[in-house]
Amino acid sequence: MVIEANQTYYQALNEAIRACPDTEVIVDRVLGQRYLGCGSSGRRFTLRGTPGNGLGQYLNGSTIEVYGNCQEAVGDTMNDGDIIVHGNCGDACGYGMRGGSIFIEGNVGYRAGIHMKSYLDKSPLLVVGGVAGSFLGEYQAGGTIVVLGLDGTSEPLAGNFCGMGMYGGKIFLRGDRIPVLPRRLILQEASPEDREELRPILERFCRCFHRDLAEVSNAPFHVITPDSANPYKQLYAPY
Amino acid sequence: MAVRFLYPEFEVVRNQDRCVACRACERQCANEVHRYDPELGCMVADESKCVNCHRCVSLCPTRALKIVKTDHAFRENGNWTGKAITEVYRQAETGGVLLSSMGNPEPYPIYWDKLLINASQVTNPSIDPLREPMETRTFLGKKPGGIQRDAQGRLINNQTPQLELSVPVMFSAMSYGSISYNAHASLARAAQALGTYYNTGEGGLHEDFYQYGPNTIVQVASGRFGVHKDFLEAGAAIEIKMGQGAKPGIGGHLPGQKVGPDISRTRMIPEGSDAISPAPHHDIYSIEDLRQLVFSLKEATEYKKPVIVKIAAVHNVAAIASGVARSGADIIAIDGYRGGTGAAPTRIRDSVGIPIELALAAVDQRLRDEGIRDQVSVVIGGSVRSSADLVKAIALGADAVYIATAALLALGCHLCRTCQTGRCNWGIATQRPDLVRRLNPDLGCQRLVNLVTAWDHELKEMMGGMGINSIEALRGNRLMLRGIGLNQKELDILGVKYAGE
Repeated sequence: MVIEANQTYYQALNEAIRACPDTEVIVDRVLGQRYLGCGSSGRRFTLRGTPGNGLGQYLNGSTIEVYGNCQEAVGDTMNDGDIIVHGNCGDACGYGMRGGSIFIEGNVGYRAGIHMKSYLDKSPLLVVGGVAGSFLGEYQAGGTIVVLGLDGTSEPLAGNFCGMGMYGGKIFLRGDRIPVLPRRLILQEASPEDREELRPILERFCRCFHRDLAEVSNAPFHVITPDSANPYKQLYAPY
Repeated sequence: MAVRFLYPEFEVVRNQDRCVACRACERQCANEVHRYDPELGCMVADESKCVNCHRCVSLCPTRALKIVKTDHAFRENGNWTGKAITEVYRQAETGGVLLSSMGNPEPYPIYWDKLLINASQVTNPSIDPLREPMETRTFLGKKPGGIQRDAQGRLINNQTPQLELSVPVMFSAMSYGSISYNAHASLARAAQALGTYYNTGEGGLHEDFYQYGPNTIVQVASGRFGVHKDFLEAGAAIEIKMGQGAKPGIGGHLPGQKVGPDISRTRMIPEGSDAISPAPHHDIYSIEDLRQLVFSLKEATEYKKPVIVKIAAVHNVAAIASGVARSGADIIAIDGYRGGTGAAPTRIRDSVGIPIELALAAVDQRLRDEGIRDQVSVVIGGSVRSSADLVKAIALGADAVYIATAALLALGCHLCRTCQTGRCNWGIATQRPDLVRRLNPDLGCQRLVNLVTAWDHELKEMMGGMGINSIEALRGNRLMLRGIGLNQKELDILGVKYAGE
């Protein structure tokens, strides 16, 4: 089913999407409507235009493919499913994400992947084709963030404070445009095992955005991990 | 041998004439204070480990034990008190941030104790709640601004979702992690039996407790632990935690050693990993952002559940509450600086925030002045200790109160304020299976039901005394209060007259 969003207010639009019996829904002319696909499971959404804040927030298994740019809080507190963005994303993308994946063709704003966490078989994945803003992976507790730097600039792959306060998971950086990192992080060249882990991720990225896998893979990769899962052990004097 | 600067705070006094060396105290004490000395043929104690939780005293079959505060003292000094000196020693020794539990213990004024309740005499007769109906049922949520009718003149139901409370008392947020499985079980069952609600805190909802969903408030805090679609659907309401009275402005931190298999499953994080709740929500930097989170939760649950926003009572609380009321929240929860905690930096617990009584009065007045009081319900917490505090809170403008410390006391807590060690001998603030077993949820539930039932009856007695038979008529009725021992500024903020006026 195709729904024309135009100037429909987000509550009515979301209501129409929820009421639609089809598993697959195409929404055309999205003009900043918020919370599209919020909390949904088992469906497939194709969105054309610019979704508003909170796209796929609490997403629970649906697939959302966006032809356009996204605003803030894409996949905020997402549990499962896939979000594919043919464009750029705003701030706090993938905040508190626990599972599923977000693939962004372009750049992402501040605080992407902040406080992502993994749990049992759940491990969230955030892949950024371009570069990320400051505080990428702040408080990261699990899951995987990949920044590819396919933006054609010479800017660092992430802004300031990348991985600040990180205590789990890993961040992969492609190429040599390594940002200045805070202390208590370990930066290493990707090992063969890391490369093995990356391969299916890069394959998916290239499939989503019709990129040449050899070209994307053929570059140095670095991996950032935290130096402890219990960073504040020594901070307190119980009393 | 190293010099010890700190002398034990308590002494274990054992009446050897009564002690039969049954070693119950030894078995009961997780802090390992007591032991049997075979050479001496009697029980001995290492009082340096004692936290004065009274577990051994309560379980000693011959009443041979008592714990007393040591009379050993630093040289008297009004400025450098024993406490101040001790804290410097502790920090000089460890280099650590002082960490404490439970609410602010400092001797700041308690405004509840400076407010007196009215009663009817001669005119407007008092009512006996044992013989006459008395309404304490409370609905929390946004109240419609007006009546709407359709073309045929029939009423349109424009009511937004409400929480219905049989008594205006709910159990406030305590996470599974900070307190035990059996403590949660007791609270959940008691909430169901009482027709009120308990709150999951930031730690997700254990699968066993989904059955209490209609009496559960689920919490979404900055770490988003355990937050997923089923969790949001499970509760009767969703609470966004912006702040906590015991530690306004900072986040939370559950150390990895407390994250065992069960906690890991509930919080949805790996075992042994720290659970860090950041100080802010990183998707909320403004009231507009808060509105966004509020409505994202409403969208996710199809507008079927009220959303609560919990804030700490801080200096500009009235302005903040006004913003929250405009964010689309249905209920504002305000937590005062005496509110409890499983662990907070001592300096913050003892020095940050303001009394809930002043915050409540200021918020209620501000929302009335702005004509938006009906857009939200106001729930307060942060040391409501008795039904008298409850009556005063409602008269100052609260719709309901949250209790937690009083609820834990009902479960057996002795307020020894060492929750952060995880060695709670009463089975409350611990995850150690042998200690958790000590709290029987059947008895725990019964004691909570007893407490709230007793308060409810006292509430009705006091209402009846005032000639009020409906809680609605008490809410915000500050004429039912008079101040004592308060200055003019305090009276102005509380909006009450002085006793005798």
